[in-house]
Amino acid sequence: MSSEKEPLFSAKNLKLLTTPLGAQNPITIQVLGICSALAVTVKLEPAIVLSISVMFVTVFSNLIISLLRNTIPSRIRIIVQLVVVAALVIIVDQVLKAYAYEVSLQLSVFVGLIITNCIIMGRLEAFALGNKPWPAVLDGIGNGAGYGMILIIVAFVRELLGTGTLTLPGLGGIQVIPDVFYEWGYANNGFMILPPMALIVVGIIIWVQRSRDKDLIES
Amino acid sequence: MDRQGNTYTFLYASVMVIVVAAILAFLAQALKPLQDKNEAVAKKMDILKTIQVESTANDAEAKFEKYIGKNAYVLNIKGEKVEGEAFTVNLAKEIKKDKAEQAYPIYVCQLDDGSTKYVIPVRGKGLWGPVWGYVSLNEDKNTVFGATFGHKGETPGLGAEITADNFQEQFAGKKLFDASGKFASITVVKQGQSAGDLHKVDGISGGTITSVGVGNMLKDCLSGYEKFLKN
Repeated sequence: MSSEKEPLFSAKNLKLLTTPLGAQNPITIQVLGICSALAVTVKLEPAIVLSISVMFVTVFSNLIISLLRNTIPSRIRIIVQLVVVAALVIIVDQVLKAYAYEVSLQLSVFVGLIITNCIIMGRLEAFALGNKPWPAVLDGIGNGAGYGMILIIVAFVRELLGTGTLTLPGLGGIQVIPDVFYEWGYANNGFMILPPMALIVVGIIIWVQRSRDKDLIES
Repeated sequence: MDRQGNTYTFLYASVMVIVVAAILAFLAQALKPLQDKNEAVAKKMDILKTIQVESTANDAEAKFEKYIGKNAYVLNIKGEKVEGEAFTVNLAKEIKKDKAEQAYPIYVCQLDDGSTKYVIPVRGKGLWGPVWGYVSLNEDKNTVFGATFGHKGETPGLGAEITADNFQEQFAGKKLFDASGKFASITVVKQGQSAGDLHKVDGISGGTITSVGVGNMLKDCLSGYEKFLKN
């Protein structure tokens, strides 16, 4: 069997890691997981922590479902996936509360809402159920990263223009726009803090991406 | 066994649920002490912050011991001390009781400059869930020295801004009782309408329900201390 000898990072496997960053990005191309892109991108720090948490869940749920894929009765496969995802999310939530209390307070309800992130169930249904554990793990990393990348870009833009700061984990809010600008009449765009602006920023990313790569435009 | 049969499906579901439940129960139990400690430390940090003592997660317990220590009491509606440990009073349960039956915890702090401050915990409803906080009063038991607020799940950037310094700093210097000695509390009003008023602070635009919730929380909780504060 050729797949037995396939190296860990073969071209095919690497593609699993890289396509979700661009041509198969879960947010901008598949339009999944939009809800959390709206909710946690007001500041950079929660966006970063949520990205890491989501990646943890995509990787491990993909791995577990892939390991179990031949045993899961097809009639209850969605329920099985849901239980695995829910359990992982509770683990993330409990661990954050024990070891990163401040961050868990900031993310509050959004950790629990990882369960409802369509990317996770989407990848389990579309990929983990039909593939071996290693490719499934790579797919999980790729999709988690693709999701996190967009989240961080949106949060960067919104926090910079909305509050003039950037909040990084462990460093707190750093003022980026110098005071001089404000003296010259620059004002923070309060609209950036409101949820609709997240959609507009995501829309701009989608526009830029599709105008650079015409293959992505649906006919 | 037939992988698509009912027996297999039922067995699979049962085993899965039991295994997952066991893992989660074990994890929750194992992490509980750490989580409880985090919560207690965060609570102490909040109380210290209202009396303008900066603390970190590492020195909060020592500082709490230094400034407050055993000077925490539980009061009843008449302002008399009753049995109980102020720090462990569960406000979420208390505020559901009848006003007359509630326990009213209070922390008496001795600051470095010799002044005494009273810290009162408050709790109420925001938009999505509970909001809570601590209000510290000067020796006159009327003028607010500081206030801090927390919330469970208010919208980041909007309602969640009640935890921001520029919202909380507005409370310093406000008064609970008006000139005639009547309990007036402090209400949270639309931005720009609080100027010069001793009983009003600016709310958060876009976070109106949370802002109003904070005002109601102060009125509901602080009114229970009226007898104590007037003495």
